[in-house]
Amino acid sequence: MTDVHIVGAGIHPFGRHDDKSGLDQGVFAVHEALADAGIAWSDIQFAFGGSSAAGNADAVLPRLGLTGVQFINVANGCATGGSAILSGYWAIKSGEFDLGLVVGFDKHPRGAFNADPEEWGLPAWYGEAGMMLTTQFFAMKIQRYMGLHGIGVETLGLIAEKAFQNGAKTPHAWRREPVGLNTIMNSDMVSDPLTKFMFCAPAEGGAALILASDRKMRELGLAGPKIRSAAVRTRVNGSFEVFSPSLEIERGPSPTEIASKAAYELAGLGPTDIDVIQIQDTESGAEIMHMAENGFCAHGEQEKLIRDGATRIGGAMPINTDGGCLACGEPVGASGLRQVYENVQQLRGRADGRGVEGARIGYSQVYGAPGLSAVAILEA
Amino acid sequence: MTNNKMGPPASGGPTEENQVGQRPLAEGLYRVVDGAPRLLGGRRKSDGKYAFPLPQGGDAALYDPVELASEGTLWSYTVQRFRPKTPYAGPDGAAFRPYAVGYVELPGQIIVESHIATDDFNALKIGLPVRLTLIPFRQDPDGTQVMIYGFEAAA
Repeated sequence: MTDVHIVGAGIHPFGRHDDKSGLDQGVFAVHEALADAGIAWSDIQFAFGGSSAAGNADAVLPRLGLTGVQFINVANGCATGGSAILSGYWAIKSGEFDLGLVVGFDKHPRGAFNADPEEWGLPAWYGEAGMMLTTQFFAMKIQRYMGLHGIGVETLGLIAEKAFQNGAKTPHAWRREPVGLNTIMNSDMVSDPLTKFMFCAPAEGGAALILASDRKMRELGLAGPKIRSAAVRTRVNGSFEVFSPSLEIERGPSPTEIASKAAYELAGLGPTDIDVIQIQDTESGAEIMHMAENGFCAHGEQEKLIRDGATRIGGAMPINTDGGCLACGEPVGASGLRQVYENVQQLRGRADGRGVEGARIGYSQVYGAPGLSAVAILEA
Repeated sequence: MTNNKMGPPASGGPTEENQVGQRPLAEGLYRVVDGAPRLLGGRRKSDGKYAFPLPQGGDAALYDPVELASEGTLWSYTVQRFRPKTPYAGPDGAAFRPYAVGYVELPGQIIVESHIATDDFNALKIGLPVRLTLIPFRQDPDGTQVMIYGFEAAA
């Protein structure tokens, strides 16, 4: 089996872009990635792409050129980007292809997502009753977690404070101004204990990666981080997931825990080998829980680590170095690819002003509805 | 003040006096027995596992309908501070009030998601003993009071 490398990475800045469609932003990201690799669109042998709210991903084809390339649309909820990478990784690892593209883009309406119960196989009354909200789910999940593990609300604020500090140093971030801890703690309460600044917002953006086999990379004289492993896992019985009118009393592992374990095993690496970390921070609480679910600490250790600065750039486990979803927003189709894009920048020493010195191994994890998680581990 | 609970709701039988002016948000969620509401769930025939709500459609045949326990403990909670978008069908405009929701563990059975009736959001805590009640949800244009199941602190 060949190794798979990321030889090009491109991004359209995340945020709000009233003058551009989601598709525009996806096409922009592809051009950036091709230019980064120094190859032409006609060199691309396959593509996987995803968009959740901005139309079909393969609508990029007429804009890029109708070369006859095989393009597969990927739709896998919030892990769409992570699933596109996994698909591209498999395509090359299998020996079938040498050079391909993964792309994701999106453009969501402003405000919290609203869901249709019928699409989720749920009764209409559940939505009418005002219980079918992602914001409530996240709030109740972290409320219980904080109760079980003795974590205080200020820790939620510190996560958001760090996110905006890192976002201020990141050209592709949406929120590029630091926000003080007091402002975060005293901003409007959305769903207790989470305030407005502790939630990411649906947003817009695009990201693209060029994947190549080891042989093709050398043939073209290119370089780039190796994908040590990639894995996607879905929920099992007893996992606490969004839009659940009821839960089993017996609790089980989260999809993140099992995806993480699979990715470490496949890579032959463990959490202590990781130098730079991007994990899903839909809201501040998700970053706390995902620190433990991805093996970076035990449950309940987060508060001390965060207070001591371990998760800041320069700390022992720098997390969400580009500000994560909190500072970048969450265009669902592009979000997982944005994390990998950031790790590529870190591992190639291109993350000016926010670089993790000497970083060799990068870890990314995207999580979301209806209960799935995707992990990718890169090596410089 | 929010989610004020109402007096005992109508019983299952058609007793004219107390049936007038009230209806549940949806049929099949609860029934009232001896003046007290009971949530309706299901038990899977194959292994006795509890479900809520009672499964409909293709899965319905796999479950026996059961009344769930009316008392339990608060497993987690939050407060919905802003008015949700559709499909939320509660009061709008000035009539909207923040409301508490939570998960309630019914011992030995299941954890159910529910509105939580309280006058004091700060009094909510994990492990709080709670019991089932009915909560006024909204009024229909004809004045009918729409009710929803919920839990409140057990005295």
